[in-house]
Amino acid sequence: MDFAFESVTRVFAIVVFGILIAILVSLVIGSALSLEKYGLRFIWESDWDPVKENFGALVPIYGTLMTSMIAMVIGIPVSFGIALFLTELSPAWLRRPLGTAIELLAAIPSIIYGMWGLFVFAPLFQSHVQPLLIDGLGSLPAVGGLFEGPPFGIGMMTAGLILSIMVIPFISAVMRDVFELVPPMMKESAYGLGATTWEVVWKVVLPYTKVGVVGGIMLGLGRALGETMAVTFVIGNAHRLSASLMAPGNSIASALANEFTEAVGDLYYSALIELGLILFVITTIVLAISKFLLMRLSLREGTRT
Amino acid sequence: MEAQAAARTPIMKPFVTEARSAVVPADSATKLQVRNLNFYYGSFLALKSISLDIPEKRVTAFIGPSGCGKSTLLRTFNRMYSLYPEQRAEGEVIMDGENLLTSKQDVSLIRAKIGMVFQKPTPFPMSIYDNIAFGVRLFERLGKRDMDERVEWALTRAALWNEAKDKLQQSGNSLSGGQQQRLCIARGIAIKPEVLLLDEPCSALDPISTGKVEELIHELKRDYTVVIVTHNMQQAARVSDYTAYMYLGELIEFDVTDTLFIKPSRKETEDYITGRFG
Repeated sequence: MDFAFESVTRVFAIVVFGILIAILVSLVIGSALSLEKYGLRFIWESDWDPVKENFGALVPIYGTLMTSMIAMVIGIPVSFGIALFLTELSPAWLRRPLGTAIELLAAIPSIIYGMWGLFVFAPLFQSHVQPLLIDGLGSLPAVGGLFEGPPFGIGMMTAGLILSIMVIPFISAVMRDVFELVPPMMKESAYGLGATTWEVVWKVVLPYTKVGVVGGIMLGLGRALGETMAVTFVIGNAHRLSASLMAPGNSIASALANEFTEAVGDLYYSALIELGLILFVITTIVLAISKFLLMRLSLREGTRT
Repeated sequence: MEAQAAARTPIMKPFVTEARSAVVPADSATKLQVRNLNFYYGSFLALKSISLDIPEKRVTAFIGPSGCGKSTLLRTFNRMYSLYPEQRAEGEVIMDGENLLTSKQDVSLIRAKIGMVFQKPTPFPMSIYDNIAFGVRLFERLGKRDMDERVEWALTRAALWNEAKDKLQQSGNSLSGGQQQRLCIARGIAIKPEVLLLDEPCSALDPISTGKVEELIHELKRDYTVVIVTHNMQQAARVSDYTAYMYLGELIEFDVTDTLFIKPSRKETEDYITGRFG
């Protein structure tokens, strides 16, 4: 009986590996044509012309990374604040409804975020926020370029903002859960030395829970990188590289969603699959970086014997 | 400071509260004056009108069976209970002429003056050095050399320097349980508090580590007012100068340790310390 149980669980575990490798292999085979024709050039070529059959992935790669970065820059501090409030500051009666609300936010299907983003958020953003950003920040040196141009409503910034709303529930729910795991005595010892709530959270709770916190951030980042529907609605789907975040762009996932149905010609099809392969590689790299980060953090904490 | 405290409370000589004999130790100045302290967990009354004086630079022990309120009493001294909204205290805990419970002073400043060490060692997730430096950095800006000195001083006082001096940059978790507890004590004294509260500091330790911590407590009372909660009556007898026996939220007897253990004036105390009950 024990043997059967062991075998079955082992098979399950191995199947995961099998699927992973199968996906990787089929992506490579599917993109063989484009890999052969463009080689590494595919990554930094920005031209994407299905008519002339000339493909480069720079625009969607940039779009994916940039929108995810915006989502993280906004999402991580806000999630941290939410988790901090829920675990340390919130009155007891508010804790449960607020926690549930955040979990519900995570349960909303992404297409609803997309529709809401396109029909409600983008027009409001266009008429109220974008002009302020463009006027206020557009003329600054260095960062000004990011906020130039006409307010379209849709674009990289909008996509990033929608993404940040989508990742916040994931990151904050994980952060809250790991913050709650901190032994009360640990927090009390820090309070007992005269630390304020902020100092306790920042210097004791966060280091204590860093593995979980980074895990939560990676979960959110994974979602942001791969998010398709919501981003497709609001990013503008323009294969154009522009410095401004206000301009429409494209992301890997939304390029795939938009163009697969109309991909005529083997090279076009192959180029799209290579985009998928690149997304796969990006997420792998992100995971690797997070592992590396955790190793560095534990070095700083001091070695264990 | 003494005079101020006296001015606030007319009863200064050995006093008795509602038939409970709560003797003010006569041979030392008073550091903490507790008067008519009631403590509530929600609507449950956990401390019933406690009054006693904690003498300065002496070791005072609280003993009693589980749930008698001795830890609760300890936690009112540094207002630790105020982290939890359903807990509240009424009455007075006076230090330097000020009632700590209603003080307008920042609660972190109060806690910096009244350090606390807990049941289980709780090293922070950082190096041994930073564990000590953490508390110091909250209130003082020290240069590298001053900080090094302070860390060495605290670790030496906590009898940990010899064991830890070669691995200051290692994680606090790399130490053994007994060493971790001494690290926590070092962390507590590094910020130079006036009072040190020890909440069953040896309950998770082996006898050898316990012995070291007890020696340390002996050392500490030269400079600090120490209040220790313990389950272990022998420990109270060994380390303390004064002992308070508590039962069900009431202070039953408070006296010089030798007197309380050899010639308790109340029957309940005698029953407890002779093991007939508890």
